[in-house]
Amino acid sequence: MRRLVWPAVVLVLLLALNLFFTPSFFSIEVKDGHLYGSLIDILRFGAPLILVSLGMTLVIATGGIDLSVGSVVAISGALACLQISQDASVFTAVTLALGLCLVLGAWNGFLVAGIGIQPIIATLILMVAGRGLAQLITDGQIITVNSPAYKVIGGGYWLTVPFGILIVLGVLAITAFLTRRLALGLLIESVGSNAEASRLAGIRARGIIIMVYAFAALCAGVAGLMISSNVSSADGNNAGLWIELDAILAVVIGGTSLAGGRFSLGGTVLGALIIQTLTTTIYSIGVPPETTLLFKALVVTAVCLVQSPSFRAKVLRGRGRTAPPGPAAEKKVRVSL
Amino acid sequence: MPVVPEPVLTMSGIGKQFPGVAALDGVDLRLLPGEVHALMGENGAGKSTLIKVLTGVHPADAGTVELGGAAVAFASPLEAQRAGISTVYQEVNLCANLSVAENILLGREPRRMGRIDWKRMRARAGELLARLELSLEVAAPLSSYSLAVQQMVAIARAVDIDARVLILDEPTSSLDADEVAQLFRVMRRLKDEGIAILFVSHFLDQIYEISDRMTILRNGRLVGEYLTRELPQVELVAKMIGQELAVLERLHGEAKVFDRPLVEARGLGRVGAIEPFSLTVHEGEVVGLAGLLGSGRTEIARLLFGADHASTGEIAVGGTPQSLRTPRAAMAQKIAFCSENRKADGLIPDLTVRENIILALQATRGWTRPVPRDQQDELVDRYVKALKISPPNPEHLVRNLSGGNQQKVVLARWLILEPRLLILDEPTRGIDVGAKAEIQRLVAELSDGGMAVLFISAELEEVLRLSHKVQVLRDRRLVAELPNDAGLTSDVLMETIASGGRAS
Amino acid sequence: MTTLTAGRVGLPAKYLPVLVTGCLLAAMFVAGGIRYEGFASGQVILNVFIDNAFLLVVAVGMTFVILTGGIDLSVGSVVALSTMISASLMAGPGWPPYLVVPLVLVIGSGLGLVMGYIVHAFDIQPFIVTLAGMFLARGLCYTIGTDSIPIEDPAFTAFAQSRIDLFADMWISPSVIVALVVVGVAAYVLHYTRFGRAVYATGGSEQSALLMGLPVGRTKITVYTVSGFCSALGGVLLSFYMLSGYGLHAVGMELDAIAAVVIGGTLLTGGSGFLLGTVLGVLVLGLIQTIISFEGTLSSWWTKIFIGMLLFVFILLQRLFSARSRR
Repeated sequence: MRRLVWPAVVLVLLLALNLFFTPSFFSIEVKDGHLYGSLIDILRFGAPLILVSLGMTLVIATGGIDLSVGSVVAISGALACLQISQDASVFTAVTLALGLCLVLGAWNGFLVAGIGIQPIIATLILMVAGRGLAQLITDGQIITVNSPAYKVIGGGYWLTVPFGILIVLGVLAITAFLTRRLALGLLIESVGSNAEASRLAGIRARGIIIMVYAFAALCAGVAGLMISSNVSSADGNNAGLWIELDAILAVVIGGTSLAGGRFSLGGTVLGALIIQTLTTTIYSIGVPPETTLLFKALVVTAVCLVQSPSFRAKVLRGRGRTAPPGPAAEKKVRVSL
Repeated sequence: MPVVPEPVLTMSGIGKQFPGVAALDGVDLRLLPGEVHALMGENGAGKSTLIKVLTGVHPADAGTVELGGAAVAFASPLEAQRAGISTVYQEVNLCANLSVAENILLGREPRRMGRIDWKRMRARAGELLARLELSLEVAAPLSSYSLAVQQMVAIARAVDIDARVLILDEPTSSLDADEVAQLFRVMRRLKDEGIAILFVSHFLDQIYEISDRMTILRNGRLVGEYLTRELPQVELVAKMIGQELAVLERLHGEAKVFDRPLVEARGLGRVGAIEPFSLTVHEGEVVGLAGLLGSGRTEIARLLFGADHASTGEIAVGGTPQSLRTPRAAMAQKIAFCSENRKADGLIPDLTVRENIILALQATRGWTRPVPRDQQDELVDRYVKALKISPPNPEHLVRNLSGGNQQKVVLARWLILEPRLLILDEPTRGIDVGAKAEIQRLVAELSDGGMAVLFISAELEEVLRLSHKVQVLRDRRLVAELPNDAGLTSDVLMETIASGGRAS
Repeated sequence: MTTLTAGRVGLPAKYLPVLVTGCLLAAMFVAGGIRYEGFASGQVILNVFIDNAFLLVVAVGMTFVILTGGIDLSVGSVVALSTMISASLMAGPGWPPYLVVPLVLVIGSGLGLVMGYIVHAFDIQPFIVTLAGMFLARGLCYTIGTDSIPIEDPAFTAFAQSRIDLFADMWISPSVIVALVVVGVAAYVLHYTRFGRAVYATGGSEQSALLMGLPVGRTKITVYTVSGFCSALGGVLLSFYMLSGYGLHAVGMELDAIAAVVIGGTLLTGGSGFLLGTVLGVLVLGLIQTIISFEGTLSSWWTKIFIGMLLFVFILLQRLFSARSRR
C-alpha cells in the first residue's frame, strides 16, 4: 500500500490546485436526477482511460506491453455503430464488437506467447493494421447512430450516477476478483517477475499471457464502446488515438514496473485519474490546453527517472559506494574511451 | 628444478569483500611466460572473483598486482586489455552478426583516409588466424561458424592486442573432443610464443593434458600452487574439496532394503549436456550424486524433472513409462526439483514468502481454484515453523531474506506438494552452518517417511552423511554407483572421481 | 592448416531479406503495370520518391536507431515541430531560410542528443524516453500555435517548387536529391566508418561490444542524435512539400518509418540490416499508396491494412530466420 502514497499525494495536490483556482471545484449537485460536478466529470471522462489502463496493467505485469489498444478502441466503436446503423439490436452490436476484440487480443497473445515475438513488435502490427481495419469498417466515414439504448453505455445515468463510472467500477471489481480473489494475479506476477522460475514451478505461462492480452483488448473494446456511445458516433480515424500511450503512462505512474512483476490495480486507477485531472486542471487554471502534452512529457520523464535504479544511484544517492558494480564499471569504460 | 623464468604477472595477498562474505582472502597467483596455468576450485572458491579482480571488473580490497614488474590496478577490462591481459569467456563475447574479420579487428580496423579498408582488414584477419593455424572464410558472418570456432576467433582477437596474458575462462565447457583438441593446439602454439595462459576448466583430463602448473583455491583462500605433473589427481580433488578430519556420524542407521523402484531412467541423455545414463531411485531412498562442478550433476536433475528435453532414453515412474517433457508433467508424477540456482530458477523475487511457498501448489491447481487463504496460512505457518524460516513473517518479500532462508522457502514450496521424489540440487550451497544442518536433518526425516530424494552436493561429506547410495559423475558421464556402506569414505569417493571409476 | 568452411553456398544469408523486399517491390511494379494503364512509367516511380522524400530521410535516421536495438517514437513529432518552427520563424519575425533551416536542424539534433543521453545514462527503455520526447515535441508544436501556418518566404517556396528535369520529360524535386544524398552519406557512414560498425556491433550484442572496447555509450547517444537530425531534415523537406507548418503534420509517421525499416529487412532486435533495405521499404510503402490511388475504388485505409499485413509477414520471416540461425 505504501507504493500508492506518491500517486495519491500527486492526485490530491492536483485537486487542491483546482480548488485554489475554482472554489466550487469540489461541489457536486444533483440536476435532473443526474450527478453533476467537476469531480464527476473527471471520473466520467477518465472512464475509458481507466478501463484501457486496467487491461494494460495486467499485460505490463507479465513483462509485456500492448500498443494496439488504441486501434482496438476504434475497431470496437466502429463495429458496434455499424451494426446499430444496420438495425441490429444494441445487444448484438455490443456482443459482436467485444467478441472481435477478444479475438484480436488473443491474436496478440498468440504472437507473443506462441511465436515468441517481442511484445512491442507483435502489438505494433495490430496498432498499424487495426487503424485501417477500423476505417474499413466505417468506410472512412464517421458513422452516426441514433440509439438511446446505445447512448446509455457512455452517456447514460443510472441511479443518478453516470453509467460509464458504473462500468468502470464493474470492470475494476471483476479484475480485482480474478486477480486477487482467484489466483490469476499471483501467477501473472510470477511470470512477469521470473519467467524461468515460474516454468520450473509448473506454471503454464503461455495460456496466461494469451488470456492477459485478450483481457486487455476486451477492456479496450469496452472503452471503445463507451467513447463512441458518448458521442453517438464512431470515428475510425481518431477514436482512441494515442490512448495506449496514456494507458502505459497511467500504469507506470501507478507504480507497476515496465519490467513486469508486481502490479497495482489501485495505482493504475490513480495514475489514470492523475492524467485526466491534469487535463482538467490545465483547462480550469487557464493554461492553454495545447500545453497538456508538455506536462505529460515532464511527468513521464520525472516518473521514469525516479524509477530508474541508475538514476537513483547516480543522482539521488550520489555516486558513492552504493552504486552497483555494473553501471560503475560501465562508467569507467566510458571515461577511458 | 629447472630455472623458473620471471613471472609476467604476480598477484599477492589479494583480498575482496562482498557484503557479508569474504570472497577472497590473501590469495596469491603468479603466471609464468610460456606456461599454461590452471586455476582450480569448486563453486564459491573464488576463481571468478580472482579473474574479475585481475581484469579490473572489481577493484581489490587488499593486495597488489604486478605486471612485468610494475604495480598495476585496472579500472576496467578495457584497461587490462590495453596492458596486455585479454580474457576469453565461456560465452563468446563477440558479435555473431558481424563477419569474422570484423570480430577480430573491431575497434582497430585498418583505415585509409578515415575510411575502413575492408580489403586490408580481411587480409589482416586472415594472417592473425593463420598464426593460430586456422583458415576461415573471414568475410562470412561469425554466426555461420560453430561455437568452438567462435571461441578461436575470440582468441585471435585477444592475442592481436599484443597479449602477454591470456585468460581462458571455461572455454571448453561446450566443446566436443575434436574441438577441444583444436583449441589445445592453438593454446600450445601461443604458449610457445611466450604468452602466459590462465586456464579454467572443470574437466580434470583436460587440466592434466594441457596445464603445466596450477593454483588451487578453496572458500576464497589459497590452497597452494603446484606443478601439474607432481600432483596426483586424487590429491587435487582432495585439495579442491577439502577434508574435514572429524568423522561425522551417518544420519541413517542400519541399511534399509529398497525394493520398490520409484523412478527408473534408462539410457537417458542429452547431447552436449550429459551422456546417456541409467539410474534407479527407490522409495524412501536417498541417492547422492557426487562429482565436481560441471560434471553433469545438474543436467541429470533437470532431465529427471523435465526442465530440459532428453535426446535419448526413457523414464519410468512407478513401473509405467512416462514422457516427462515439461516440469508440469514431472510434477503430475509427484517429482519436485529444487534448483541449484535459486536466484534464476527458483525464487520469484517480487513475491512474498507466502506467495513463493504456495506457488507450485497453486500452479498445479490452475488460477481458477485459488488455495483458500486459511489453508495457505496454515501450510505456510507450518513450514515456516518446521524449517525455521526467519524472519517468520510470511508477508515479507522473499528477496529480502538471507540465502539460507530463501533456500528454505523454495524447499517449502516443493514439500507442500508432498512429492514422491524430491530432487535437491546443492540445497546447502552458500548458506550458513546452522541452516545446513537443519536441511540435512530434514532430508533424513523425509526419506524415513518414505520419500525418495536425489541429493546433489559438492561436499562429499554431506553426500556420504545422507545417501544410501552414491552415483559418481565425472566429465558429463555417470561413472560409478557405490552403495554407501562402512567401506565408503570420502577418500574412496575422491579416488573414484579422480580415476573416473576405472579403478573400482 | 585447419580449414573450416562456413558450409554455405551462393548468396550470403544477410542479403536475403533485402532481396525479398526488392523482389516484392519489383512484383508490385509489374503487377501495377499490367493492371493499370500509365502505371509502368518512370515518372510513377519518381513520384513515389517525390512524395516520400521526407519519409525516406526520417527512415534513414530510424534505421540507425533500430540497428543498435533501440527505437525512436519521437520522429513524427520532431518532423511536425520542425515544420512549425520553420513556418513560424519565417512568417512571424521574417527570418531568412538560410538561418531557419540550420536552426531547425540543430534543435532536432539537440532533442535526439538529450533522448540518447537519457537512454544511455539512466538505462531507461528507449521506448519510454522517446515517448516522452514525442509528447514534448508535439506539445511544443501546439505551444507555438494550434493552426496551420503557411510558408510564404519567396526563396523557400521557389526552392520547394522548383523541378529538376531529367531526360524524357521526367522530373524530380530538390527534396529527392537531398534525400538521396542523405541515404548515400548514411550508407557510407554505416559501412565505412568505425562509428557505423560500432552501430552494428552494439545492436548485435551490447555486452560484447562493451567488452570489445567499443564506445557503446557514445554510439547510442549518437544514433539518437542522428535520428533527431534526420527527423528535423525530414521536417524541412515536409515543409517544402506542404509549404506550411502545422502541429498535426506527420501524425503517426514514426509508425511508417518503423514499418519501412522492418519491411526493408532490418531486424528490430538490432544488428542486422541495410540502408538499401530501408530505401526499398519506403518505396514499397509509397507504391502501395500509388497502387491504391490507381485502383480508385480502394480506399486509403487499405494502405494501413496492407502495411500491417506486410509487417506481420516480415516479422514472421525474421522470427523464422533468427530461430534458424541461432542453431
